[in-house]
Amino acid sequence: MSPRLLILTPLGLLLWGAFDPSWVAAAGLGEHTLAWPSSEELLRVLTLRDYNTRVVIVGTTLLGLAAGLVGTFLLLRKRALLSDTLSHASLPGIALAFILLTALGAEGKNLLALIGGAAFFCILGTGAVIVIQRYSRLKDDAALGIVLSVFFGLGIALMGIATRMGSGNAAGLSSFIYGKTASMLFADAVLIAVVALLAAICAVLFFKEFALLCFDADYAASQGWPVTGLDFLMMTLVVVVTVIGLQAVGLILVVALLIIPPAAARFWTYSLKHMLWISGLFGALSGLFGAGISALMANLPAGAVIVLTASLLFGVSLVFGSTRGLARRGVERLRLSRRIRHENLLREIYEMMEVCGLSPEDAELDCALPQVTMDMLLSRRSWSHGQLRRALARGMAAGLLASDGRNWELTAAGLEEARRIVRKHRLWETYLIEHADVAPGHVDWGADEIEHVLDADLVAALEKRLPAEVLQQMPASPHHIEPVQGEAA
Amino acid sequence: MMEWTSFDTWIVVTGMLSAMACALLGNYLVLRRMSMMGDAISHAVLPGLAIAFIVTGSRGSLPMLVGAILIGIVTAFLVQGIFRLSGLDRGASMGVIFTTLFALGLILIRQAADHVDLDPSCVLYGAIELTPLDTYLVGGFEIPQAAVTNGAMLLFNLLFVVAFYKELKITSFDPALATTLGINADLLHYVLMTLVAATTIAAFESVGSILVIAMLIVPGAAAHLLTDRLGVMLGLSLVFAALAALLGHVGAITVPTWFGFRDTSTAGMMAVMTGVLFLLVFLFAPRYGVLSRVIQQARLALKIVGDDILGLLYRFQEMAATGTAPMHAGDFREALKQNWPVRMALWRLSRRRWVRRVENGFILTDEGLRQGRGIIRSHRLWESFLCGKMGYCETDVHTPAHHLEHFTDEKMQSRLEDAADRPGQDPHQRAIPPAS
Repeated sequence: MSPRLLILTPLGLLLWGAFDPSWVAAAGLGEHTLAWPSSEELLRVLTLRDYNTRVVIVGTTLLGLAAGLVGTFLLLRKRALLSDTLSHASLPGIALAFILLTALGAEGKNLLALIGGAAFFCILGTGAVIVIQRYSRLKDDAALGIVLSVFFGLGIALMGIATRMGSGNAAGLSSFIYGKTASMLFADAVLIAVVALLAAICAVLFFKEFALLCFDADYAASQGWPVTGLDFLMMTLVVVVTVIGLQAVGLILVVALLIIPPAAARFWTYSLKHMLWISGLFGALSGLFGAGISALMANLPAGAVIVLTASLLFGVSLVFGSTRGLARRGVERLRLSRRIRHENLLREIYEMMEVCGLSPEDAELDCALPQVTMDMLLSRRSWSHGQLRRALARGMAAGLLASDGRNWELTAAGLEEARRIVRKHRLWETYLIEHADVAPGHVDWGADEIEHVLDADLVAALEKRLPAEVLQQMPASPHHIEPVQGEAA
Repeated sequence: MMEWTSFDTWIVVTGMLSAMACALLGNYLVLRRMSMMGDAISHAVLPGLAIAFIVTGSRGSLPMLVGAILIGIVTAFLVQGIFRLSGLDRGASMGVIFTTLFALGLILIRQAADHVDLDPSCVLYGAIELTPLDTYLVGGFEIPQAAVTNGAMLLFNLLFVVAFYKELKITSFDPALATTLGINADLLHYVLMTLVAATTIAAFESVGSILVIAMLIVPGAAAHLLTDRLGVMLGLSLVFAALAALLGHVGAITVPTWFGFRDTSTAGMMAVMTGVLFLLVFLFAPRYGVLSRVIQQARLALKIVGDDILGLLYRFQEMAATGTAPMHAGDFREALKQNWPVRMALWRLSRRRWVRRVENGFILTDEGLRQGRGIIRSHRLWESFLCGKMGYCETDVHTPAHHLEHFTDEKMQSRLEDAADRPGQDPHQRAIPPAS
């Protein structure tokens, strides 16, 4: 089965299943299905008339933007899963801050203190990952997994204590795990806006440095850049975005915002600068639509919808991305194989006509040129009947081939084109024999693969390296060419 | 005060069984550098569970298992497919897939919550404290359902590992070799992933989906630091897993009491205990531990400083020509530009009776003289060899000889002497002492 189909079918089904309420209804949840919003509600959300909705949507959009920007560098630094470890490692910080505050008699759910605790444990976790990697034989994946699970376990244990404390109200703490987007406050949105601004400023200011760090850290170090400092700055940005995102979308889903938008943006461009902004845009769109959909339909947790929106963007990008998308690459592959068949066809016909002399033009008068039929062409190469027929039709349409319905021949333009192709093939064969010591009997296959990608410059360079006599006219084939099978006219 | 009841025993037994079932497979995740795949699968099974709940409307084990296995396979395929098709690195491919599936799972659970008694927090970090309430009657004994499930999973995993020991070993260490031997590495990969998913589900009720990864990865990683043999590693990881489960529960009911709290989550403490065990191994493992490496290096450094002191004393006595000239401790510190290492090395040399403290400094004993002669002999032989045979004469010949002298034994000395054509003197015209 085609791997593409394998991927897309379940992904599509899953997304479809998530968004189509009828599927849930069919599963026996009739009365609990998602209620489609009335047009009135739709209008209210779209025009941001609700104060609460307005705060939430602006907040998640900005969070998506910030995560998209920072995540781009993280992805290119091949550290996508570090964000996963970081976000899990923050839990003990949150719980510990709450316990300490409550034990000291203060209000436990002081947002800044909780965020501070989370950030502290994020940094501790990063340090632990680095120490395990450097001072043991374990690789990065094990280091990430160990820190993630042990820190998260500590977090759960501390949360257990926090919820059993007599004083203080720990009920809201679990919102850091799943997120509590819908109850985002104005202050939260302001905090997110500040962080988003910070992320954008850093991305612009340190663009060159970060780019160098992502693509060749060793080179950056050898050029005297403060690699460790830059790395630290980059990780600090990641920590800040993670911590801010924790209570907005939850610690597992903030990872998605850091990974998915940049991964999706990669399919649209080769330029880092463009990728950065596309990723930011995707993140913002996910936040906008995710929060919007969640506000429109009851019973849909916003964090999860935001992530699924991002995943949908990823799926679309994977298929339709303008530079690396599957569709684009598929079309390119199809075009290439068509061109290769076209060139092979012209060469085959030319070589069949060659039996009477150096080229079909100056064939000896008493030599009968063979009639080229489909069957003869089919026997000479491993192409299917359909492929050959389509290649012939395209040659006709391009005016390179002529046919009386049964036999095929090159037109004047076709002959010119065929000569160019055969010449490339034989120049390369000669080159392989002269300079790479390839046996003449084996040279055909090697040349077969390369001739289609030889451009004019390379042909000129080849001509410089080859003896003058082969350049005068069409070089003779260095190996035996199977004579035409079938009747001569 | 700790009160231990049969309840606690069953919690520990259940925890041990699930931890061991996880740890066994986790070894292979660590060795294949796919630890995070365990994390990805443990997050991604959420929609599988939710769908199983929604479809059957119950919390039966079988539908859960089927749903989890299906989603485990889907996850493994999706990650592999995205990785191959998209050009993203493996980590990012996992990140895209498991967060998507997790989000989907959250939505589905929310949809199902009204119908089925299903709490995401219960799925995420389990409720091992409640497992003894739900029992089967097996041969007259009331055994918790979770213990039976996890025990069966452990047995199954053991059978799998024993039956495919060789195949798993080869594909883990050298997939290319495995392919040439006709072992289908891809198939084994997917089977392993499926088993990981199934084990994750079986462990759900005891430790929850996220803490499963602690049981999957940490015991194996700790065992990996202790041994180079796969069989031993598997055994050690099982011991660590069982120990972590026991200590985890004990810790959960004792540690919080030190701070005036009643108790806390056993699952959380089990993960913490795997971390504590890992930390101990990380520091104290005989070969790969941080501390043992520090000690080895310190020992080597002390030996080198000691050699240098012996060399200095030998040279000094050679120049003084009287045989017993003392040298001050301060002279060594100045010459070697080190303080504490010199003090410690002097202490070590005195204890071995290679140097002797006299009124105004240190002198070599007879044995010390022999040792010092050996070092100087090595040094000067190397200098002669480097100068005469390797064309080092124009450059600094002292420094490389100084490095090499510490690692040259008597056998090598005589070979060097032959190779340097038996020179009587080094390039600085100082006599090379004879072998003693």
